[in-house]
Amino acid sequence: MSARDAILNKVRGALKPHAGDTSRAALVAERLGNAPKGIIPARGQLPDGERAALFCKMAEKLSATVEHVASHDAVPAAAAAYLRERNLPASLRMGSDARLDAMPWDQQGALQIRKGASDGSDEAGLSHATAAIAETGTLVMVSGADNPTTINFLPEHHIVVVDAADIDGDLEAALAKIRTRYGKGQMPRTLNLISGPSRSGDVEQKIILGAHGPRALHIIVVGG
Amino acid sequence: MDITSPTFKQNSRAALADAQLQKALGNVRGGFIDKRRKAVDALPEFDALRDNARDIKNHTLDNLDLYLEAYEAKVIEAGGKVHWAETAEQARGIMLDICRAANARTVTKGKSMITEEIDLNDFLERNGIRPVETDLGEYIIQLRHEHPSHIIAPAVHLNKEQVEADFRRVHTHLPASRDLSEPEALLDEARGVLRKEYFAADVGITGANFLVAETGTSIIVTNEGNGDLTQILPRVHVVLASIEKIVPTLEDAAQILRVLARSATGQDMSVYTTLSTGPRRPGDPDGPEQYHVILLDNGRSAMLGTEFQEMLRCIRCGACMNHCPVYHAVGGHAYGWVYPGPMGAVLTPSLIGVDKSGHLPNASTFCGRCESVCPMRIPLPKMMRHWREREFERGLNPATQRYGLKLWAWFARRPALYQLATSIAMPVLGLLGRGKGRFGYLPLAGGWTKYREMPAPQGRTFMQQVRGRKAVAKGLAEGLS
Repeated sequence: MSARDAILNKVRGALKPHAGDTSRAALVAERLGNAPKGIIPARGQLPDGERAALFCKMAEKLSATVEHVASHDAVPAAAAAYLRERNLPASLRMGSDARLDAMPWDQQGALQIRKGASDGSDEAGLSHATAAIAETGTLVMVSGADNPTTINFLPEHHIVVVDAADIDGDLEAALAKIRTRYGKGQMPRTLNLISGPSRSGDVEQKIILGAHGPRALHIIVVGG
Repeated sequence: MDITSPTFKQNSRAALADAQLQKALGNVRGGFIDKRRKAVDALPEFDALRDNARDIKNHTLDNLDLYLEAYEAKVIEAGGKVHWAETAEQARGIMLDICRAANARTVTKGKSMITEEIDLNDFLERNGIRPVETDLGEYIIQLRHEHPSHIIAPAVHLNKEQVEADFRRVHTHLPASRDLSEPEALLDEARGVLRKEYFAADVGITGANFLVAETGTSIIVTNEGNGDLTQILPRVHVVLASIEKIVPTLEDAAQILRVLARSATGQDMSVYTTLSTGPRRPGDPDGPEQYHVILLDNGRSAMLGTEFQEMLRCIRCGACMNHCPVYHAVGGHAYGWVYPGPMGAVLTPSLIGVDKSGHLPNASTFCGRCESVCPMRIPLPKMMRHWREREFERGLNPATQRYGLKLWAWFARRPALYQLATSIAMPVLGLLGRGKGRFGYLPLAGGWTKYREMPAPQGRTFMQQVRGRKAVAKGLAEGLS
């Protein structure tokens, strides 16, 4: 007998389902099909403007920095200013997201744009979030050529653009968007939920920012 | 790893006398409890979410066979491979086959208790493959050839001076004059050393906090980002997870995530919650080319349908040990195997046998704090009691304890005799102890008086007091009527 059959037999032997009982299968199929929502905390259930404000407040509590710009066109100047103010090289790693491509990067003179996945040599990377979650100050990032996952983790500084209109109240609302985009039961290769810059408390329980992921997370909220 | 649970008492004595350990354990007592309290107080729905999390997991366990099959089908659909392992040995064998097929020389590892459970690192090393732990705490204890003393804070038993000494001993390529006195410097150094390892690794191994049947997704939560670099940079990603990690849907995972980080570290969410589904897709510029899942049973199916089934709801947050007075006193290594604290006291006998770990369910004051903070509402004290009963049934506890209990039970079943005996014994003891009001030594109670004094009885026995109060109450009632 294969290990698979042996394990499933042991599980069935322990649960003792009645022979011919189809109600379990029906119950399971229903739950998988409907994916019922559980309890959604009231915290994030706010009107548009307040929801975005809560997201910013929660993200800042997690030691992210947040700034607002009026439109996508203002993102390159904001990103360049971020690098300049921190004395970082004028260089940014980013993917091929059409929303990023459409921004006026050429107006930033010396700013070098490096395209594609990060190889670990980048000081700063820039991504576009798919969504954000007000309840916890969390960014929702989807893998692929548009926003390679390596950019979320390898650069020392991670700058993330998020449209104010994409800020949801709760994780369930963001998951519903993913389901609409990829289809029921389908997922992107990697979905990263990011809440602040990386940290560790492993030495004497003292929380220190900048573990293996970015030391700093900067969020640019567009519009709203 | 060697199982030292049978010598729990000696381990504890050594732990209590270990000044470094006692200093480090202060960090457990201080940090975790307040942080959890604050996070819980800030979420009015927390207790309702706990109820829901419990119900989700109960439903999943009641239908585990069906959810495992559904999960497997979705992983395969996404281009991943599912391997099933009944035992630790089978899981190690599968892991070695995957590593050999990838010509792996170095593997990076995200923090995973299940790889501790199957003793994976030693096994890989014996087979010429170098495992590198990437979680800072795990990395530190790997350098020390130790095992985790806490399921979410593996190096919580250490102080920074000890970590500094280890880094100086191992990182000899760095200048001896460097300053490593602060935790920041230690973290920076580990970050630099491990960065190279992520890129050198051929295979990345992670555990899973959840496996989602709806989508074939594995979920890990970390704060450091090490789990992510472990799984996106090597060519092969292997997820090793036990069968009870299944949840039905993404929504179900979302519910349990809300109680997980709050209970563990007092965060609303861990910094990185990562959902992985299959290998790299066409057009993807990064991510692993192969995605494997090893589903391990190793004793879980034998807990289903027994009084220990509820333990399979455990999400490994560590809240029970963070709130346990016994853990606070002796730390995690005294428990002698992978899982310490109250959850270990219940799980360890299930996985390695109560004959080897009978001390663990006895190492409890039954204060009930573990159950009161458990996000999955696992009745830990009740299950420790079940183990004590099984231990007694199988005659595993010492003869003196068994005969003592039998003698007491004989009296307890004969109330008249019991009350007569106590009504004679109590005044006699009270008289003997009236000088100091306590005994430094008592015959037959040496186990007690060796460590603390026994108070001398005062006044009447419990039953005499009850009778007295009943008489007063009766008199009052008659007077009123």
